[in-house]
Amino acid sequence: MRYLVLLKGAQPDTPPPAALMAAIARLGEEATKAGALLDQGGLAPSAAGAKVVLAKGELDVTDGPVAEAKEMISYALWQVRTKEEAVEWASRFMKLHRDLWPGYEGEAEVLKVFGPEDFAPPAA
Amino acid sequence: MPATDPRLATHRTVEAVWRIEAARLIAGLARVVGDVGLAEELAQDALVIALEQWPERGIPDDPGPWLMATAKHRGIDQIRRRTRYHDKLVLIGREQEIRQESAEAELDAALDAYVEDDLLRLVFIACHPVLPMPSRVALTLRLLGGLTTDEIARAFLVPESTVAQRIVRAKRTLTDRRVAFELPPPGELPSRLTAVLEVVYLVFNEGYSATAGEDWMRPSLCEEALRLGRILAGLMPREPEIHGLVALMEIQASRIRARTGRDGEPVLLMDQDRRLWDRLLVRRGLESLARAEEFGGFFGPYALQAAIAACHARASAPQDTDWPRVAALYQVLGHVTPSPVVELNRAVAVGMAEGPAAGLRIVDDLVAAGTLSTYPQLPAVRGDLLARLGRAGEARAEFARAAQLTRNDRERGIFLAREAEL
Repeated sequence: MRYLVLLKGAQPDTPPPAALMAAIARLGEEATKAGALLDQGGLAPSAAGAKVVLAKGELDVTDGPVAEAKEMISYALWQVRTKEEAVEWASRFMKLHRDLWPGYEGEAEVLKVFGPEDFAPPAA
Repeated sequence: MPATDPRLATHRTVEAVWRIEAARLIAGLARVVGDVGLAEELAQDALVIALEQWPERGIPDDPGPWLMATAKHRGIDQIRRRTRYHDKLVLIGREQEIRQESAEAELDAALDAYVEDDLLRLVFIACHPVLPMPSRVALTLRLLGGLTTDEIARAFLVPESTVAQRIVRAKRTLTDRRVAFELPPPGELPSRLTAVLEVVYLVFNEGYSATAGEDWMRPSLCEEALRLGRILAGLMPREPEIHGLVALMEIQASRIRARTGRDGEPVLLMDQDRRLWDRLLVRRGLESLARAEEFGGFFGPYALQAAIAACHARASAPQDTDWPRVAALYQVLGHVTPSPVVELNRAVAVGMAEGPAAGLRIVDDLVAAGTLSTYPQLPAVRGDLLARLGRAGEARAEFARAAQLTRNDRERGIFLAREAEL
């Protein structure tokens, strides 16, 4: 099963501590070698992006930043056997923030990506 | 129990942690106690304790290290108990005491300093040639995949007791034959690695051959095999055939959604809706193939099969397939691993690259050789080539023969339909 984990949080005033980035890199390497982490990437502040909105039949393109309290910080794509396994990896990721970046607050959303198991025909 | 039951939720978390940690835990323990069977028991003990304690006391903040520490304590208990036993026997208390202390310290240090080679040792032990193939498979899934006996049994459609027995016997064999927890000597490495890859690909194929509507554990074996392959690639990044196998599995797995129709009927490669192919897996497969070739593995049997699969993966429509390249790759594969099935596949590719007459010549040589006389794909391929040459009567006879030979009902339906439409 595949899960997308999106990290959301307030855009911090200071860059993340080097120790945190090093620990995240270690976790990423470990998870890749465990065959669980398929892909990951950091996301630039929404100021660097844009938004395409469809409302009342009209398309509207707005350049960033988006006026939302939380920014998307990063994404990770996991291949795991259960939701709990994805949650466990996401928890480890968040614990690194807790331990290495005092005061940081954020949330990691764990989303299931539809896979063949969701389209399996019913048992005969 | 309802899904929201907190005990059940904790139980699932324990299982998740177990799946992440089991292999490293067992590998680390095995290095110290020198016995995979004992190591697995210690790790299982830790799991049982977690299942008892976590629902009551809550999940520890660092569940992985918690399991490790618990198994370590169990291990130390074991060593103490055994030491005490020996003390009574030999009455050389002081020496034993020192030995016990050093064993404890060693266990402590070994489990704290996880060594990647441990995991690799565990891989080679689980796939050791002293074990029969079904035991290698069961042990690999159990020790490296963290699967339960029940999950393995469901995946392979055998009773749970059979799997349990295989694992018990395998562990006993390893102990009895004094198989050391070591890497194979360099001279044996190629053949031992081949054995490991064989186990992984067998697991993959078992999952790939699962039919619609079966217990999800079966098709999920593809994911298990991919995971094992990726772990191996991480452990031995310079071994090209590992990348070759990973590439092959990634690309084959990319087609899973497209290879079964709405009613569970199989859809042949050329008829698949390629938009359903998993692009991430295709991309990863092509990357692994490039890595295999980069490390000089172009002529490896898995890399060659992956290269063929890649030809299909790169073609966004069947008519875009680079058939001359597919045919050439099958020719090379036939030299590396001679097999009439490979030759039949080459005939198909040649039939596409150079026309049906050229393909038919290869098939007719196979018919004359007689080795595939009961293989339904032989008359099916011959029928297809004959049909394209306008020899409908002969083609019908071939499809009828293919229908007669196959044991798969769905496949028979396809052959009979081809016969009827000619």
